[in-house]
Amino acid sequence: MMRRRLFSSRGNGYGGGRRFGSPEMRNPERELFLFQRRLAVAGVLVLLAFCGLFARFVYLQMFQHEHYSTLAESNRIAIVPIVPNRGVITDRNGIVLAQSYSAYTLELTPARIANLEATIDALAEIVDVQPRDRRRFKKLLEESKNFETLPLRTRLSDEEVARFAVNRYRFPGVEIKARLFRQYPYGEIASHVVGYIGRINEHDVERIAKWEAGPNYKGSDYMGKVGVELSYERELHGTTGWEEVEVDAAGRAVRTLSRTPPASGNNLRLSLDIKLQEAAEAAFGDRRGAMVAIDPTTGDILAFISKPGFDPNLFVDGIDSVSWAALNESPDKPMLNRPLRGSYPPGSTIKPYLALAALTSGKRNPQQSTFDPGFYQLPGSSYRFRDDKPGGHGTVDMYKSIVVSCDTYYYTLAGETDIDDTARFLAQLGFGHETGVDIEGELTGTLPSRDWKRRRFADKQYREEHRKWYLGDSISAGIGQGYNSFTPMQQALAIATIANNGVAFVPHLVKSVVNLKSGEERLIAPQPSHTIAAKAEDIAVIRNALVGVNKEGTGAKAFLGAKYVSGGKTGTAQVYSLKGEKYSASKIDERLRDHAWFVAYAPADKPRIAVAVLVENGGFGADAAAPIARKVFDYYLLGVTEPGPAPAHLPGTKETEDESD
Amino acid sequence: MAELLFRTWEALTRRIDNFLFGCALALVGVGLVTLFSATDQSVTRVTTQLFSFGFALVLMWLVANIPPQTIARAAVPLYVLGILLLVGVAFFGVVVNGSRRWLNLGFARIQPSELMKIALPLMLAWYFQKFEGRINWKDFAVAAVLIVIPVYLIKRQPDLGTALLIGASGCYVLYLAGLSWKVIVGLAGLAAATGPYVWAHLHDYQRERILTFIDPTRDPLGTGYHSTQASIAIGSGGVIGKGWLNGTQTHLDFLPERHTDFIFAVFGEEFGLIGNGLLLVLYLLLIGRALVITANASTLFARLMAGAVTLMFFTYAFVNMGMVSGLLPVVGVPLPLVSYGGTALVSLFIGLGILMSVQAHRKLITT
Repeated sequence: MMRRRLFSSRGNGYGGGRRFGSPEMRNPERELFLFQRRLAVAGVLVLLAFCGLFARFVYLQMFQHEHYSTLAESNRIAIVPIVPNRGVITDRNGIVLAQSYSAYTLELTPARIANLEATIDALAEIVDVQPRDRRRFKKLLEESKNFETLPLRTRLSDEEVARFAVNRYRFPGVEIKARLFRQYPYGEIASHVVGYIGRINEHDVERIAKWEAGPNYKGSDYMGKVGVELSYERELHGTTGWEEVEVDAAGRAVRTLSRTPPASGNNLRLSLDIKLQEAAEAAFGDRRGAMVAIDPTTGDILAFISKPGFDPNLFVDGIDSVSWAALNESPDKPMLNRPLRGSYPPGSTIKPYLALAALTSGKRNPQQSTFDPGFYQLPGSSYRFRDDKPGGHGTVDMYKSIVVSCDTYYYTLAGETDIDDTARFLAQLGFGHETGVDIEGELTGTLPSRDWKRRRFADKQYREEHRKWYLGDSISAGIGQGYNSFTPMQQALAIATIANNGVAFVPHLVKSVVNLKSGEERLIAPQPSHTIAAKAEDIAVIRNALVGVNKEGTGAKAFLGAKYVSGGKTGTAQVYSLKGEKYSASKIDERLRDHAWFVAYAPADKPRIAVAVLVENGGFGADAAAPIARKVFDYYLLGVTEPGPAPAHLPGTKETEDESD
Repeated sequence: MAELLFRTWEALTRRIDNFLFGCALALVGVGLVTLFSATDQSVTRVTTQLFSFGFALVLMWLVANIPPQTIARAAVPLYVLGILLLVGVAFFGVVVNGSRRWLNLGFARIQPSELMKIALPLMLAWYFQKFEGRINWKDFAVAAVLIVIPVYLIKRQPDLGTALLIGASGCYVLYLAGLSWKVIVGLAGLAAATGPYVWAHLHDYQRERILTFIDPTRDPLGTGYHSTQASIAIGSGGVIGKGWLNGTQTHLDFLPERHTDFIFAVFGEEFGLIGNGLLLVLYLLLIGRALVITANASTLFARLMAGAVTLMFFTYAFVNMGMVSGLLPVVGVPLPLVSYGGTALVSLFIGLGILMSVQAHRKLITT
């Protein structure tokens, strides 16, 4: 009580003193009034401020409610793609060439890891990390965007997964994921056909955008890069499924709201016979070259060889830089798809087609003969177009011209034929344009014509005389040299078309696309694409001559003792122009030696297989290429795996100069 | 027996202002209910908060029973202690998140700026009371210095938000003590004029906060994240709210600091505009009652102290809700009586205790 009074007396004891601002006010009542007025002002301000808040709430919760609801929903709901299983690729008999399997990978998110090197070092103590893995990771890192998650190791063993799980807390930004991988059980065999898949890069993103398939690739990290893996990518990929999940702020799925399951990709049944492919690759040995085998009655590609090949398994989880450099810089060009992208002068293999053109146009009949003195001269010129046989073949009719591969016969024919007519005829057989085979990257080769030459030399650096077509050009083209240049794929299609009596198919590596779910099987190019403009009896003349080649001509040695009748034609594509000198394989650097061609089909009466074989720098077609075709036929028609004599494949071991190809 | 119990109850609650206490209780109740949801139904958190509440009640009761003049005696020692501790922080403080705000006393870590929230208005009220009746411009100058010292020290930590709030509590006292309107308007003008200068001297993170406040979408994953997510939470709540425990923003972790500074977003999301309106009414009732108590206070010290406590209570509520709903920049201010946190709850109930003390000791003086 005392204290209270004391306080109150002090509290109420007003001294004199000037008041700041209003010195005359001393009255306690007046003071209390002034104080209360200030308090009232404050109270009004409080009320106004709360009204302001309420107005804000009204704005947010009534007028902007819809907007914020949408935002909250999109916060809450994440659409998680479910990547479909990629289709399986089998050969025509159902043997698996590419399949997917699920495996654990160790993945790092570089953006979340402070010291990448130290983290990888520490990880190496727990799981096996090879220098190859580090190199590959480094390459991926260079190509990747900031927030991507990149695999360091793939195919972890169960033990490694367990060991990492225990140590997981030590590695923020490192996780184990189950991913689908691709495996190619046959490795290098048919690698150029099957191709491989790889991580989707910027170029692929563009491709996907062009397909307007962007949404279907959400969540997909891999896609086909080459071969049928690429060309049938959209069949193999399948339809991505979706899961609507509720996520928290950290992006963790809390629960699933709805689920649309993915649809697995379609399986591919190739027209390829992998056993035949293996036999053919074995027949090549370690030589470089290409071979395409076609079933003439369907256009099915039975074998498709590009030697050397590569192991597609290397590419699946990203190839490391050392392996890549080895493949990419090899002078043997293992990454080059030779049947499609190797373009070689056809040499003498063009002769049957030119003969057929002459029969069709009426420029020749089968019996009409030409005398071959061993060379050909244009009227009014002293330059001699040399025949391979120095003394000449004497009197040569059409049959003989093909069987012995007489150059002079064709020089003469070319001299009488307009190049444009020739080009038009040859185009029907598939030359000079894409064959339409179902993998990407096909070259058109060169089928010379006046128009072609004009376009080829259209640039300013060339003069009019470069663009003009000369008769000399026609003469070179007449034996498949000069400007002519065809791909093995085109050659195979042409010989298959002849073997099928002029009825052509679009060649295809994929026989059918199989929908796993419905079991429905869709055939690829089952119908002939066109029939060439040639009479059946003319084709029969040519086929008879081709059989003659393998019976008594340039192919006879390779087909000695064959249990079937076959037709074929050898050819030699010059790499190095000898300018009238005699060709001596032993004198020339191996890489400058001629390429050996052989085109053939069998059995002669009812062909089931047609092939085009090219052996790079193999020398004469009869020696290097024909024996490979023999082995392939023996295997395909008779099931014989070790047929005939081994091909003489080491050029320089014997002189071949007096042999015609 | 019943008589005894009744008398004891009577004695215990004699100083308790029922209206004020009822409002506070309702707000704490809202806080606990929201906290349960915000912590994903954590009984531990709710229990902890209940214990803090119990402790705060005891302190409130104690303070309510202390006459204002006794409280006034603590003014100078508390203020001096506060300043010393702030200086101590400047020299020996513990750095947390880039700010030197804490002082390690060995047995506990304290944040002296919290003490200053009460010590500064107390000191100013004491000072003006001391010179009551003869307050002149010099006293306001001295008071300004008393304000500037702690504000400067806290701003240096750096903790601009707290510095401004403590500065505001000082200014409320100056205003209620009768600072001339001319000076107030003049200072406001000066503040506006020096704005660009202040801007130049702000820390980057402070500028960033202000820029983000102006446009939260500037940096939706960084400093704008809090603001953006809180607006989404409140806005998506709509008029009737998503219902208790049903806020998606809350339960899927999108709201940061949702049981402390951003608890209002949880409330707004789950209880909607209706809930928000009721909450505002509760605060208005509490503040209105506090203003009435202040208006009827008998001494200058009591008036100034009660007025400062009332206006600070309002300031915290306004700044917090304004910040959470995107009206104001993000500063670390809890929602009074609702946010989780023992220290704030205790300070607030001490403030309520002061108001009750002022109210309870009124009659003896006016007669």
